Order: sequence, then C-alpha cells, then structure tokens
Amino acid sequence: MSKKPPRPNYISTTNACKLCKPLGACLAFKGIEGAVPYLHGSQGCATYMRRYIISHYNEPIDIASSSLSEKHAVYGGGPNLKLGLTNVTEKYRPAIIGIATTCLTETIGDDVKMYLREYAEDTRGSIGLPTFVNVSTPSYSGTHMEGFHAAIREVVAQMSEGGPRTKTINLLPGFVSSADYRQLLEIMAAFGLGCTMLPDLSETMDGPALLEYEKIQGGGTPLKAIKAMGRSQATLEFGPTLGAFASGGDVLKEKFSIACHRLGLPIGIKETDQLFTLLETLSGRPTPETYGKQRGRLIDAYVDGHKYIFGKRAIVYGEEDLVVGLTSFLTEIGIQPVLCASGGTSGKLQAAIAAVTKETLLEQPLVFEGMDFFEISEMAEGLRPDLIIGNSKGYPLARKLDIPLIRVGFPIHDRVGGQRILHLGYEGAQHLFDTITNAVISKKQADSPVGYSYM
Amino acid sequence: MEATALKERENQIHVTSEAPFDIVCNKDSLAGAVSQRACVFCGSRVVLYPIADALHLVHGPIGCAVYTWDIRGALSSGPELHRLSFSTDLQETDVIFGGEKKLYAALRELIERHAPKAAFVYSTCIVGIIGDDMEAICRLVQAEYGIPVIPVKSEGFKGNKRAGYQAACDALFRLIGNGDTAGISKYSLNILGDFNLAGEIWMIREYYRRMGIEVVANITGDGRVADIERAHGAALNVVQCSGSTMQLANMMEEKYGIPSLRVSYFGIEDMAEALYDIARFFKDPEIMERTKKIVEEEVKQLAVDLEPYRKALAGKKAAIYVGGSFKAFSLVKAFRLLDMQVVMVGSQTGTKEDYEELAAITDPGTIIADDSNPLELTSFLTEKEVDIFVGGVKERPIAYKLGIGFCDHNHERKEALAGFEGMLNFAREVYSSVMSPVWQFVPRKKVADRKR
Repeated sequence: MSKKPPRPNYISTTNACKLCKPLGACLAFKGIEGAVPYLHGSQGCATYMRRYIISHYNEPIDIASSSLSEKHAVYGGGPNLKLGLTNVTEKYRPAIIGIATTCLTETIGDDVKMYLREYAEDTRGSIGLPTFVNVSTPSYSGTHMEGFHAAIREVVAQMSEGGPRTKTINLLPGFVSSADYRQLLEIMAAFGLGCTMLPDLSETMDGPALLEYEKIQGGGTPLKAIKAMGRSQATLEFGPTLGAFASGGDVLKEKFSIACHRLGLPIGIKETDQLFTLLETLSGRPTPETYGKQRGRLIDAYVDGHKYIFGKRAIVYGEEDLVVGLTSFLTEIGIQPVLCASGGTSGKLQAAIAAVTKETLLEQPLVFEGMDFFEISEMAEGLRPDLIIGNSKGYPLARKLDIPLIRVGFPIHDRVGGQRILHLGYEGAQHLFDTITNAVISKKQADSPVGYSYM
Repeated sequence: MEATALKERENQIHVTSEAPFDIVCNKDSLAGAVSQRACVFCGSRVVLYPIADALHLVHGPIGCAVYTWDIRGALSSGPELHRLSFSTDLQETDVIFGGEKKLYAALRELIERHAPKAAFVYSTCIVGIIGDDMEAICRLVQAEYGIPVIPVKSEGFKGNKRAGYQAACDALFRLIGNGDTAGISKYSLNILGDFNLAGEIWMIREYYRRMGIEVVANITGDGRVADIERAHGAALNVVQCSGSTMQLANMMEEKYGIPSLRVSYFGIEDMAEALYDIARFFKDPEIMERTKKIVEEEVKQLAVDLEPYRKALAGKKAAIYVGGSFKAFSLVKAFRLLDMQVVMVGSQTGTKEDYEELAAITDPGTIIADDSNPLELTSFLTEKEVDIFVGGVKERPIAYKLGIGFCDHNHERKEALAGFEGMLNFAREVYSSVMSPVWQFVPRKKVADRKR
C-alpha cells in the first residue's frame, strides 16, 4: 500500500465545494405546495441564489427578500420583514412563506420569531394569510445541506401535528434531483404505500410548459400532508451523515414517537436493495415486478460492462450524503474511489464511506471533509484518477487532467437537464452505469490512434 | 390587466405617451417585491472581476464568493487569476472574535501562492457589521509584499449595485497614477466600461489600432494592473457602460484633466458614432480618414449579411430588461435596425435622465420600468405579446415559461455582441430564438395562432 498523501490545510478557500446555508433552505421551501421562499437579509443574497439555482434548473424561482439597507442594519430589520411578508402575500397569494435568515440578520441579532409573533398580532383577523415557517441559517456556519435539512426540520417542527396514527410513511429524501423525487414517488406508489415526501421538487423545479404563467409553480408537498406527518406510521430519511444536528426525522421521533429509519441515498444495487427491503417490511408486500425486472436488467448491464471500467480510479466530490451513495455504487461496479471529498464538515463522512466500502475495497479511499476544489485539484495530481464524478464545478479539474467528468448532483451549470439526471433506484444506477462506462470507452476511443468503431 | 405592480412601485413604471414623462428610480428595492437587483458587492465584483492578474479575495462567508465563481464571460489574453474564487470563508468564531487575523493570513497565503500584481479585498455584509479594519490589514500586507492591496468597500446592504460601482471606481482610482506614463502617444485612450465578454474588447482594440490610436488601459476587460496604473497618461477616456465607470472618468478628469467620451459599442449606428466621436476628438485628418474607411468597410458587408435576418424578423416585438439603462438605448436602436419594435424596456439601476431618453426614443405605448420583478415582467410580456425578451439569466425562465424567445445580453453570455460583427451575432441570436420551430408546441403560441 502506497503512503497516503496528507490532506492540504489552507487558511483561504479557493473554489469552494459547498454553498451557503440559506440557499439550501430556499430549495427545501420551494418543494412545498404554494410556497414562496423568503430571505431575511439584503437584496443581493436572494438574487445571487436565484441566479445560481436558475442556471441549474432553467426554471423560475422567485425568492423574496427583506431588501435590508444600511439603516435597517443599524435599527433592525423587523419593519422590512413585515412589509416584505405583506407584499409577498398580496402579490403571490402563497399558502406558505418559508423565511430563512442570512448572515447579515443573524449578526445584527434580528429575532425573526418575535417579529413573526408581532406580525401575527398586527394582522389578527385578516383573511387569506399564509402560514409562516422560519429557520435560522447564518451562512457563516455549515453548508447549503445544513440549511436544507434545518429548513425541513423546522417545517415539521412548526407545522406537523399529532393525533390518531395513519398508515402514511414520511419520506425525507434530502436534496436530490427532480427526476429522483419523481422516481421515489413512483416506487412508494408501486408498493401501495401512502407517502408524504418532503420536500417535493419533482414539479416545482421541473414544470411543464403551460398556457398561463404560474406565480407559484404547481406541485410540492401539500400543507395538509405536512400537518399530518405527526401521525404517520414511520419516517424514512436518507442521510448517513446526518446526526450532527437534529433532522426532520429526529424531530418527528422525539415529538410524536414516530420510528425513524435512516438509510443511505439509494444509489447502486446495495443501497437500493436496503430501501426495497425496508419498503417490503413497511408495506407487507414483495417488491413489485417492475423493480425486480429493473434490478435484473441492471445486473445484466453490470456484467456486460464490467471489464471496461474495472480498476478505474475515481475522484468523487459533493454533498456528503451524495458522496457516500456514489462511493458505494462505484465500489460495487469495480471502480476504485481514490478520493472522496466534500465541503461539508459533519464529522461522519469517513465512517459512512467505510461502512459502504469496507467489504469490497482492499484499499480505503482518502476521505476528507471541508475540502475546496483547489485542495481536491492539488491532491488529484498524485492520485492518477481516470475519471471524476460530481457537479459541474469539477469541470476545470477534468479539463486540466483531460479525463471525463461524470456530471451528477447540483449544480449542473454547463449542461442542460441537471434536474432530470436520475441517480436513485435501480433505474438511476442503470443511467449512471451506462454514462460512466460509455465515458470510459469514449475516452479510450478518442485517445486511440486507431479509433475502432467497435468496442 | 390585474394590477401586477405593488402600489409602492406604481410610480416606477411609465407608459410612454399615456401621461407626461415621470418616473421614480434610484431608490432602495421594496421588501418582498422580488427585485432582479443584486447588491453593492455584486456591483464592485462585476466591475473589477475582469482584471486578470489581480487577486480578488472576498472577505466574508462562503456564499458571496461561491456565487460569483467564474460566472462571467470576461476573457483574458494571458493570466486567468480572475476566474478563481477566493474567500476567507468566515466561520462563527470569526464573526464573534473578528476576521482580521484570518484575512491577514489568507492574503499572505494567496499572494505567496499566486504572485498577483495587485490584490482587491472585497468586504461583505457581515464584515461591515463586525467592523474588521480592512484598510489596516491591506496596508500591512501591501507594505510586506510591495504590491497594491486595495480594500473594496462593498458591504452588500449599503445600497444597490450603483454603490458597488462607486466602490469599484474608488478602488481603481487608487491604482491609477502609480505607473510610468513615458512614451504614451498623444493619440491614446483608455477603454472604460467594457468587460471583454466573449472577446469584445479585442474587437474594439482592433478598430482603435486601425485608426492609429494607442490603447493605454482596458478598464477592465482583459485588464492588467500595470496598464491601469499608467492609465492617467492617456489623452482620453472612452466610457461605455457609463453607469459603472463614469464615476471613474469623472474622478480622472478632475485629478488628471483627462476628458471623457460616452459611447456605446453596440449596434451599427452607435459603434460608428463611437469611432467618429473619438476621431473628431483627436482632430487629426488622417485618423478621421482611417476611421471612415473602417466604418465603410465594416458596414458594407454587414448590411448585406443582416438583410435576411431583417426580413425574417421585421415586425416582431421585443422587450428589454437589463442591468444598466445605457445598454438599453443601443438595444432599442439595434432592434429598429432589424425593423423590430421595442414594446417594453426596463433596467435595474437606470437614472431618471436615462428613462426620459428611453421614453423619447421609443414608440408611444412602450412600457418603461425601473427595478422590476418577475410578476411585473410576466404581465408586461404577456400584455404586449412579445416575441423576444432580452435580459440575463434571471430573466430567461420568465420568457421561456411564457413561451417567448430569449436573448442573453448579460455578463454571462458567451457570444460577442459588441462591434460591427457583434451586430450580426446579435441578429443571429435573436433570429435563432424567434424562428425556432419549438414554439409551435408551446401552449401560448397555439392559442395565439388560433386567434389569428
């Protein structure tokens, strides 16, 4: 075994491999029916995040803002928050406004909870008021994923109610693509399981062409269903690196004693099998034939393609849970993950990676949290990777090393259809497997002096 | 039409000829109105970004840096330091105990790693709140490394993009005057307010070269620190995108006595006018002769090439929503050249004078809007039955969801739209969106066709 290179340790961050907390919260809120995400901060944050999100989804995402200026920073942002909520209510008629703070309002010490109480007093008796949910998301601590999970946690903590148990399953998948959310809903339906998936970005961020412009895009988790989440029979939550702070599943368990099953993102056969096994138990039904066949075709494809990719070395980066899922998948198809990197700092990445690789891998990959692309790039030099897997921000590295970039996750800013990339389930694995195998074959073909038109 | 504008915003929208011209602008965005504007930091970052051999360090939490990583199409002919995203990535402890130490260490680390010709350090919202003494840290590092280290006072909440432009101009002004101006021709100029998107400044420089005029500094497209340091040796400042860099020109005029010309490189008319204005300024018959020749050569072929586009696009309706309103003037003229009609025009940060001029050059019934938002824009586009919308990334999904063509005219575009050949690219861009067969499937279009 070769000596492992040390982790670079810089003070400055160059080309971060993470986004800020409020962005994650906005995305989570956007998956609720009739929701307008709202940032309590200065105007720029909302605009920057909208631009960043639009470049991935090519869909409208209106994020309102308190648009704080200098005097508000001095005297407090309460009046602007209230004015902003009134204006959003008037123009969008939302069912819910999800309010996330920013580093500005956290630093000046604005108490959003108190402002909301005052606002409720001020507007007592008004009709047509939306529900308000608020979450604290100072961008100087944690990443967009913490913002995302914190928003989900606050939604259930502030909205879900107890009562007689239902047969519904709460599904908290975390941040996946619109295609993934659709896939999950299909799987749950195929098992005959009633399911409340939070959030649901399958339509809100991948909507059809319509005759009328929707002020708030259709789809998303209905408020009624969120309220009822306190009565569900179980919660199913994806996120092997969760746990450093309370998640939505934790809150539902604590408040309403709902059992929480925490799984990895179902990427690849092994992780997807775990999901299906659990769903068989929860539904009391065997896996529907469709999925049995998908699984069978997937294994057949693995066999057909295994030789082209065996032993190839991959760098994987992105959100921690995504990295764990992808690493599990790469490991089971014979690709050696050499570096697993994330900008997140859950403290759980190493163990989570070990859990999904140790049975198969002879040599554990390097696993580092708190990484940026400069560090990943610097380490990559010595690791002789054959491909890199992650969001489009790894493109400069792929270009420098002249190796394929397999685009997954968020953001995909240099291709169309980022929201339609399927990662989850047997079908997601099929898509990833074909993409990766063909990328490796294509690279070999392009580099070949002969250029065969057969493999 | 349902009242789409909030009451407080009604006086920021004007319909030409419906009432005497009046519009309110340059005010803070209304809370909850979903403005398309960004912030002070954005304004500064936009202007300074293309200086390719400088280090651009964002002092703040990660968001501000990561959302501006390599987002612009500003090309460099050499170093590409500007394409990296540097941040101090402030954490909770830094917010509590102050970020100065981290800033100092980060600056040293990055300067040693990249050996930049200068460093710009951008402050962000919380730096303004926690009160880090950026000036002192920058002075310290400047003394240590002997390169200009310049704080940019761009706290996001201190105004809108305009305030950011001012902060950027202040920062640039600190660079100017440090260089040796020996050997600069009396026929020389600085290019202000062109950002070399898709290589546009190279086209413009080529025109000046053919005219026999020396370009001292690009401010800031394909910009270099050393060039900017000797910018005070130029005979003339030629200012495009006046919203962002006119302040700098004014400051240079006051201190160094350099006059300035406001130009636009967009569209045939304005491009030609820009070159003639400059030729007239230098009062040299040979330069004027050469200029005439350039315009003649460029325009002759262009008129032929544009004709098929003009024929196809004539009568189509366009809407414009851009950051600065000066660009909108040129766009109105460019659409006119294609025999298209502009029915709505707006900007994030225009001045009253700008809007008045826009009202004067557009047809009666044109909607003029300041600091608009998605819902208003949606209603304008629908009401006016627009065929193409010109804007930036944030405007694109609005057009597409409505089933309307779109042309990206923002800083992220990868097509050169300036200069004479840029006009052809522009026509091609508009054409390839408006004439695409995909619209036949769009619900809105089907209904419109049925009505016909």
